[in-house]
Amino acid sequence: MDFRLTEEQQMLQDTAARLVRDAYPFEQREKYRESEQGFSVEFWNQLGELGLTAVPFAEEFGGFGGSGVETMLVMTELGRGLTLEPYLHSVVFGGGLVAQLGSDAQKQDLLPQVASAALQLAVAFEELQSHYQLNDVQTRAEAAGDGYRLSGRKAVVIGGHSAGKLIVSARVGGRRFDEQGIGLFLVDPNAEGVSRRAYPTIDGRMGCELFLDGVKVAADAVLGEPGSVFAALQYQQGRAIAAQCAEALGSMQEACKLTLDYLKTRKQFGVPIGKFQVLQHRMVDMQTELEQATSMAILAATFADGEDNDDRRRVLAAAKYVCARAGRKIAEEAIQLHGGIGMTWEYNLAHHAKRLVMIGHEFGDEDHHVKAFSRLLQVA
Amino acid sequence: MNVNYTAEELAFRDEVRAFLSSELPQDIAAKVKLGKHLSKEDHQRWQQILSKKGWYAPGWPVELGGTTWGPVEKHIFDEECAAFGAPRTIPFGVNMVAPVIIKFGTQAQKDHYLPRILSGEDWWCQGYSEPGAGSDLASLKTRAVRDGDHYIVNGQKTWTTLGQHANMIFCLVRTDPEAQQQRGISFLLIDMTSPGISVRPIITLDGDHEVNEVFFDNVRVPVENLVGEENKGWTCAKYLLTHERTGLAGIGASKAALAHLKRIAMKETAGGQPMLEDPLFRAQVAEVEMQLMAIEMSTLRILAAAKEGGVPGAESSILKVKGTEIRQAITNLLRKVIGPYALPFLEEELELDYQGEPLHADYSPSLAGHYFNMRKLSIFGGSNEIQKNIVSKMILEL
Repeated sequence: MDFRLTEEQQMLQDTAARLVRDAYPFEQREKYRESEQGFSVEFWNQLGELGLTAVPFAEEFGGFGGSGVETMLVMTELGRGLTLEPYLHSVVFGGGLVAQLGSDAQKQDLLPQVASAALQLAVAFEELQSHYQLNDVQTRAEAAGDGYRLSGRKAVVIGGHSAGKLIVSARVGGRRFDEQGIGLFLVDPNAEGVSRRAYPTIDGRMGCELFLDGVKVAADAVLGEPGSVFAALQYQQGRAIAAQCAEALGSMQEACKLTLDYLKTRKQFGVPIGKFQVLQHRMVDMQTELEQATSMAILAATFADGEDNDDRRRVLAAAKYVCARAGRKIAEEAIQLHGGIGMTWEYNLAHHAKRLVMIGHEFGDEDHHVKAFSRLLQVA
Repeated sequence: MNVNYTAEELAFRDEVRAFLSSELPQDIAAKVKLGKHLSKEDHQRWQQILSKKGWYAPGWPVELGGTTWGPVEKHIFDEECAAFGAPRTIPFGVNMVAPVIIKFGTQAQKDHYLPRILSGEDWWCQGYSEPGAGSDLASLKTRAVRDGDHYIVNGQKTWTTLGQHANMIFCLVRTDPEAQQQRGISFLLIDMTSPGISVRPIITLDGDHEVNEVFFDNVRVPVENLVGEENKGWTCAKYLLTHERTGLAGIGASKAALAHLKRIAMKETAGGQPMLEDPLFRAQVAEVEMQLMAIEMSTLRILAAAKEGGVPGAESSILKVKGTEIRQAITNLLRKVIGPYALPFLEEELELDYQGEPLHADYSPSLAGHYFNMRKLSIFGGSNEIQKNIVSKMILEL
């Protein structure tokens, strides 16, 4: 057992931290958020130029060959800065799906572009009725020529408004909840029959509803063997969950830091409010949640790229449960300890609080992962 | 970064398992697993076995009879002991007074006391709390007045765990009544057989006799039983408390209790199905298991950081708070899992020599009492609120 970072990992962490610190003062974030893309294209390109978007990819595709730990280090810094760029969905989730399922031609074409941030991916896996259930797919994919035609509606596609390619789950066979029969397709957002309704999300990012009306997908845009990709979809969402826990960790650290600073500076009744024991204990409770979340983010990172088995599934469910729960508690407590100022748009903390709570609404909330862990509960 | 045990650590775990399989007396393990009372002899028998193997005092320097184990090995050892149903180590001698003697004691004190702790010749108890000094320990009033080569001790200690078995007690006593709170306190080793000492049981809400009051009426204590300097006993006290806290997260015990809970929840039924198949109950088990997974990692992280030069100081307070909350949550589920059979209060079935048929099941008589008994976890060793004060001051600097 060893929790130390290697020198290389330390350097990666420092690089990511410095980049985020320089590019992401809160006022800048507001400008990026209000732009058409909803994020900083410049910062996104910078992540590409400096190789941060290449971290998880194999060297043969222009990657850095990093493991879950390297991804964790980057994601934590991105979370600390409350960054808006589509790293999680494009690099970790979307890129992971292409790397696992793609043909040689697809990988050679797409991965270097994703690794350099030249191409942004988004993954469309939710539907109106699905509520975090990856297998609840009603969007249909019908064989047409040597390709497919897609029809249906995908819900809350984060980053889907600006993605260069959409990875869409659709059913080629089986019934509503069947894991068999689900396929993944690379959809060009400008293809005929595709329409999007874009919107901002409450945590400052952007997403869209994706409407597919008989959209033609050529044979070379089919990802993996249609009908048999569910395990890969679940595995890659697991990697995204681990990365998301790391992002939450960075945001939690920042929310705790801001709150602790506030307790030391804000005076009421003639003393800093941090002198009051009732507030001290609540701050300690936040710190304790943070410790628990840190442990699970690390554990998740070390399992993220590991063998696909129940141990991994348990760890990832537990990590998401612990981090989502800690994130929500820290968000609520941070606002409460700040009082009125914690409620304002102009103060950074409120945006951390929103992101931390919304992390539960992507890839499953606390309840979803309690159920997942329950199903996998080991009985002696 | 690697959260898995190394090959050496796994080999060590196998060694511990092999030792426990062959050496842990089955009758003792059975009692521990069913939550039955353990006798002094049970504890001593197990201690002898550990001592013979050289594993009774893992935290001591190896030349004094300790081991070279690092934090991970200690964690593995604790976890396996709990899993096999070994009795918990009574910490007062080996893990509390011994580190103080090793750090602050004279050579004569080391030579005399340490071997007697290893051999089990001395059973130590702790004289810290008083009726008027709980969380505010430094307000203690037990007086020790110098009289030639002796101190004359008068006063009362309380919550003295297993004092009924002990022949030695280490006490915080006030040697300078004029000095400010922490300053006039000294650390004394007192023979429980000295004239003037009396022990009175305190029966706790579960009907158990675990803690006691200890009265001192003009007890004469030789001056050579002072540890460290006179009036500097608080330094020893603080040193001891940090040692006490690190083990208080109770990960091994919680894991064993969780396994016990799952086994029972497969046997107990409600609505025609095992309790563990009930979605609500199962979700509660799942939640506590996930929290336990996290606190285990937190413990290992903090111990690992300490190994690399840091000191697990106030961080261990975080572990104590969260660890005891989790353990209490498990005992809460253990109480709930037997439903109405939590009600019968069958003290006789917990006795060592009970031979009759159980009223319900062999595991059920201890569960409700255990739940109530385990409320102590968030009170002793510095209450969880005191731990939060420590974190607030030492880590958050509020």
